[in-house]
Amino acid sequence: MEQNTAVEEIGAIVPESSVQFLSFTLGDEEYGVTILSVQEIRSWEPVSKIPNVPSYEKGVVNLRGAIVPIIDLRERFNLKHSKYTSLTVVVVLQAVCRGKNRTMGVVVDSVSDVMNIEKNNIQSAPDFGTKVSTEFINGIASVDNRMVMLLDVKKLLKLDGVNEDAGEEDND
Amino acid sequence: MSIDMAQFHQVFFEESFEGLAIMESGLLNLDMGDVDSEEINTIFRAAHSIKGGSGTFGFNAVADFTHLMETLLDEMRDGRRQVTQSAVDVLLGSVDCLTEMLTAIQAEDTLDEESINNHKKALEIELNGGEQAEVPSAAEPTLANTDTSNNDKEAGNQLGWRISFCPHADLLKTGNDPVRMFRELEELGELEVFVDLQGVPSLAEIDPEECHLSWTLVLKGDIERTNLDDIFAWVEDECDLSIQPLSNETDDLDEIKQVVAQPVAAAEIVKPTEPTEDVNKETAATKKENSKKPKAATSSSIRVDTSKIDTLINMVGELVITQSMLSLVGEHFSIEKVDQLKTGLIQLERHTRELQESVMNIRMMPISFVFSRFPRLAHDLSSKLNKKIELKLVGEHTEVDKTVVELISDPLVHLVRNSLDHGIEMPADRIAAGKPETGTVTLEAYHRGGNIVIEVKDDGKGLNKEALRQKAIEKGLIEESTILTDKQTYELIFMAGFSTAEQLTDVSGRGVGMDVVRRNIQALGGRIEIISKLGVGSTMAIHLPLTLAILDGQSIAVGDATYIVPLGSIVESIKITEDMVNRVAGKGETFRLRDEYLPIVRMHEIFHVNSAKATNLLDGLLVVVEGQGVRCGLFVDDLLGQQQVVIKSLEANYRRVEGVSSATILGDGSVALILDIPGLVRLSNQ
Repeated sequence: MEQNTAVEEIGAIVPESSVQFLSFTLGDEEYGVTILSVQEIRSWEPVSKIPNVPSYEKGVVNLRGAIVPIIDLRERFNLKHSKYTSLTVVVVLQAVCRGKNRTMGVVVDSVSDVMNIEKNNIQSAPDFGTKVSTEFINGIASVDNRMVMLLDVKKLLKLDGVNEDAGEEDND
Repeated sequence: MSIDMAQFHQVFFEESFEGLAIMESGLLNLDMGDVDSEEINTIFRAAHSIKGGSGTFGFNAVADFTHLMETLLDEMRDGRRQVTQSAVDVLLGSVDCLTEMLTAIQAEDTLDEESINNHKKALEIELNGGEQAEVPSAAEPTLANTDTSNNDKEAGNQLGWRISFCPHADLLKTGNDPVRMFRELEELGELEVFVDLQGVPSLAEIDPEECHLSWTLVLKGDIERTNLDDIFAWVEDECDLSIQPLSNETDDLDEIKQVVAQPVAAAEIVKPTEPTEDVNKETAATKKENSKKPKAATSSSIRVDTSKIDTLINMVGELVITQSMLSLVGEHFSIEKVDQLKTGLIQLERHTRELQESVMNIRMMPISFVFSRFPRLAHDLSSKLNKKIELKLVGEHTEVDKTVVELISDPLVHLVRNSLDHGIEMPADRIAAGKPETGTVTLEAYHRGGNIVIEVKDDGKGLNKEALRQKAIEKGLIEESTILTDKQTYELIFMAGFSTAEQLTDVSGRGVGMDVVRRNIQALGGRIEIISKLGVGSTMAIHLPLTLAILDGQSIAVGDATYIVPLGSIVESIKITEDMVNRVAGKGETFRLRDEYLPIVRMHEIFHVNSAKATNLLDGLLVVVEGQGVRCGLFVDDLLGQQQVVIKSLEANYRRVEGVSSATILGDGSVALILDIPGLVRLSNQ
């Protein structure tokens, strides 16, 4: 949780006009999610597979008593699958969907940085038509001349129909 | 003495409600032909405690009333009176009346004198209607149980004797036992005994062989003086005895009570309580609908099975052992001890988790806490409605979270009442319809697909779709032209202000019930379904989410995956041989189990597990499972072990998965899926 401590320190000096993002990489691409949706960052550990689901839904793990699904973002975005190593990182995201707190882990190559992005610097996602799906992309920002795609966590959590027939919340 | 008695009131009420619940269930269990004297004893003891307590706290109306019940029970206990259905009914009514009285006192309301008097009369009639006219009550002349009730009403027209009996200190040494004398007195008439403790010295000075007590006895009834003299003949020289005819007994009694009340109070309060269910809730429901619930019903205490607490204590013990082992490792740590440290940490992790789970387990209680009130309800209603009804309870041990248990009871009462009142027909109608005279109402609870399902099933007349529709149109709830599916039609009964009963009874049919029922169930996150067939019966199924429910499971291995099969759905597990297997149309595999052909569901195929060790039917095992009337054989690699698992919802963060009801966390921290048998069968049919 080093990142979180870092965030708190920076947090004090962040002006209101900017938003903090956690950035991570998938292959050569850099993505960002708003820091407030990040619950924790874990290393990859074996999951329990769920039968008859798309291959990017890797399975579920026990996260302190809660059953949390793990999604491989590479596969989800149709990037080439890479091997899981001890350096593979799982970012645990949470968001409130339909009044319920939902948690999901996403497998990424590596976590890079916490960045402050000026709200003005966020551009809307370009429209590629049907060629590239941009449904999860909230906007694009450029940081130090790198392009960072900012993901919409809520849509990400919804991506596999996670809350279509919302079940009951685990109480623990 | 100036102890504030009010501080003990709450305890008294709790105990009394417990006592009432004991009496009620005891009375319902009484078998007319073959009466178990222990059962009557239990009822009697409960009544006696209530009487003693209420007298102590000055709730004389309760004491008086209980006294009558006690008298009747005592005769039954001694075998002097046949246990008859009418007597049991009267007693049951009295239990209700007592409940109301206590509730009223607790809420500081006024007592319903009329109802009390009616019940009293009924008791008196029952008492006098027996072969023996007036029989004495039991008054155990022991200190703790000293009888303090005053019973002026009953004996108002009869006189008796007031005996003041102050034995000398050495009375006991001559072999005279006051208890025996009192028992003899009791044979003569109704006896009340008041003990005077003033002569008792402090504990340090007491001589156990000396008698420091003195008594005042009130014996009611038309009794010859000579009878009394006979009893006291042996002790005349060893005591100060005065025997006076009773005149204005109430004054006397009050005076005596003043003297004795306090010590008795102390004795009553230390009385151990018997563990029973949450009676506050219990009593609330046996009352009439419109009366207020006792305030105490909101108190959030929980009664926990001792075994659960034992488990907890064991767990904590383990935790302490692990902790001391770890600190030992840490004290003289060297690199060789890394393995030891690792083991210790793993143990610590496991124990902590187990501890967590057992703590949650405490919140689980069997649904029987709710079900147990229904035999009474059925008993009362069937006699009130002149119907013959048998109530069956199935799956009472299904465990549910405490919150669910508490909140589901009122809706269930509504449903059961509806079934009894509207569902089951009159015996004559049933015979005419070619059904057995006795109607059956089944209450069933089971786990299914991450839910607990509670079904209220009756074999009565079922819902009449046309009538429902007509009624709804009449009431302006739907338009004439509205087209409804069967399901929507049944749903009509959940609308506010809808009642199908031709005549409103005081049992049900006010048309406020069902919409409240549905709202309550929805508030719990559940839903209610109706299945009904005209002339055959209806089933109301309540589905409630299991938040913390636990399940007895059998873990099975398929390749490197572990699944849990609910133990309740396993029929048996077998190893099959070639000649048992048949193929239907070259594809569908079936096997013959005794005289039945069952489909084979290959787990590794439908769940796409590549690492399965057994792909040949002869290598693995077949687990024969049953769910919702479907039977099949699950083909798995191996059986692992049985364990209780805490059900975790998959849907909380994920979604429903066909063939899987929920998930659980195994001892090693990994997640295992709990199989949903009907879902698996559907899956394999695709």
